[in-house]
Amino acid sequence: MKLREIIETLQATVVVNDHDQEMVVERACGSDLMSDVLSKLKPKALLLTGLTTPQSVYTAEMADLSVVCYVRGKKPDAETVRLADERGLVLLCTSLPMYESCGRLYRRGLKGDSEA
Amino acid sequence: MKDSDLNGTLQTPPTQEMIYELRVQQAMTRHVITVAPEETMEDVSRVLEENRHTGMPVIKWQKMVGIVSVRDLMRCFREGRSLQPVSQWMSKDVATLYADEPLIHAVQKFERRGFGRFPVIDRKTKALVGILTKVDIIRCLLRNLEIDYHDLESRQYIPTKWFSELDCDRTTLSFRYHIDGANFEKAGEVSSKLKHNLQALGLPPDAIRRIAIASFEAEVNLVIYTKGGELAARVEPGKVTVSVVDDGPGIPDVERAMQPGYSTAPDWVRELGFGAGMGLPNIKNCTNEMKLESKVGEGTNLQFTVFT
Repeated sequence: MKLREIIETLQATVVVNDHDQEMVVERACGSDLMSDVLSKLKPKALLLTGLTTPQSVYTAEMADLSVVCYVRGKKPDAETVRLADERGLVLLCTSLPMYESCGRLYRRGLKGDSEA
Repeated sequence: MKDSDLNGTLQTPPTQEMIYELRVQQAMTRHVITVAPEETMEDVSRVLEENRHTGMPVIKWQKMVGIVSVRDLMRCFREGRSLQPVSQWMSKDVATLYADEPLIHAVQKFERRGFGRFPVIDRKTKALVGILTKVDIIRCLLRNLEIDYHDLESRQYIPTKWFSELDCDRTTLSFRYHIDGANFEKAGEVSSKLKHNLQALGLPPDAIRRIAIASFEAEVNLVIYTKGGELAARVEPGKVTVSVVDDGPGIPDVERAMQPGYSTAPDWVRELGFGAGMGLPNIKNCTNEMKLESKVGEGTNLQFTVFT
């Protein structure tokens, strides 16, 4: 799914790095536990999370994820945004809760991590 | 970019070299739109407009008998003869290119003759196999430049190259970092730096990813549980070994600590997205070898290896 479609689907706002809206995201997962994300999620994925600390960006960086979207209207702090900006990582914010964010994307065909 | 700088100043530019090496058949468009000599000039006008072309070969019995272009069309329309057959207006003297000619011949011919396109024929059978325009040449060069650039990029910074060229029995490159305890704001910074360095060395992305994830988990453990320590990565041909050492408090039950889900982390750690008992199992899963030694009151020594 393209970044543009993800933004539309989640009615999300872009916090930083929206230069390539045609970028393709292959899968997604929703979690507030970074170790779960690090243990499973494949590269080029979207992470939906309520965790807005710098570790959300570090997690994305280590696991080669492309996009992090903060759910439930949470906003990352300045340090988190600076880190993402430096790394070219796309940060999004949506006011939708976690379950609805996941559901909307899944309904539009964005795969989960256990699917081929 | 060291390689390319050298190439750029000491040798001929890559485009110039390419134009001698590439053949017409690599640049031409294979799908040729043609017209029969008995069709009308009105038909020609319609087909050209539909395909946004400015000219096309005229074919009879699978043989090229001429070429008709917008210029012929203009002459014909000016005289109000748009219903006349193509054969009346086409140019019969057709300049062609052979499919196996070097692209430089085509470039020279374009300059000399001022035509917009050349039909391309097979040297033996003389059958029409394609058509070549200046745009086709530009596209082909760009495509090949891109391939060249990717080749160059992937050949760069390969440690095994300069590693293996160093004259000694065994070469090792090591990175050392200090990790602050309890400074959660910075947890991840060291692994980020390490990952960046490994990328600069040109190691395989999958191996880098696994090293980065394992290092990050180990770094977070140090920040959560200890007063700090040291992370050292040793890069050798074929593998990267990371050791993470601290001096306390130590793990009372290593076996239990290795079980997924087992955690002694306080709540504040969980609120920060860690401490769910997946750290050590994660490290084990994404590395090829892992060794964990710990003594309560003395400290912990974790070592893992990822094959590259």
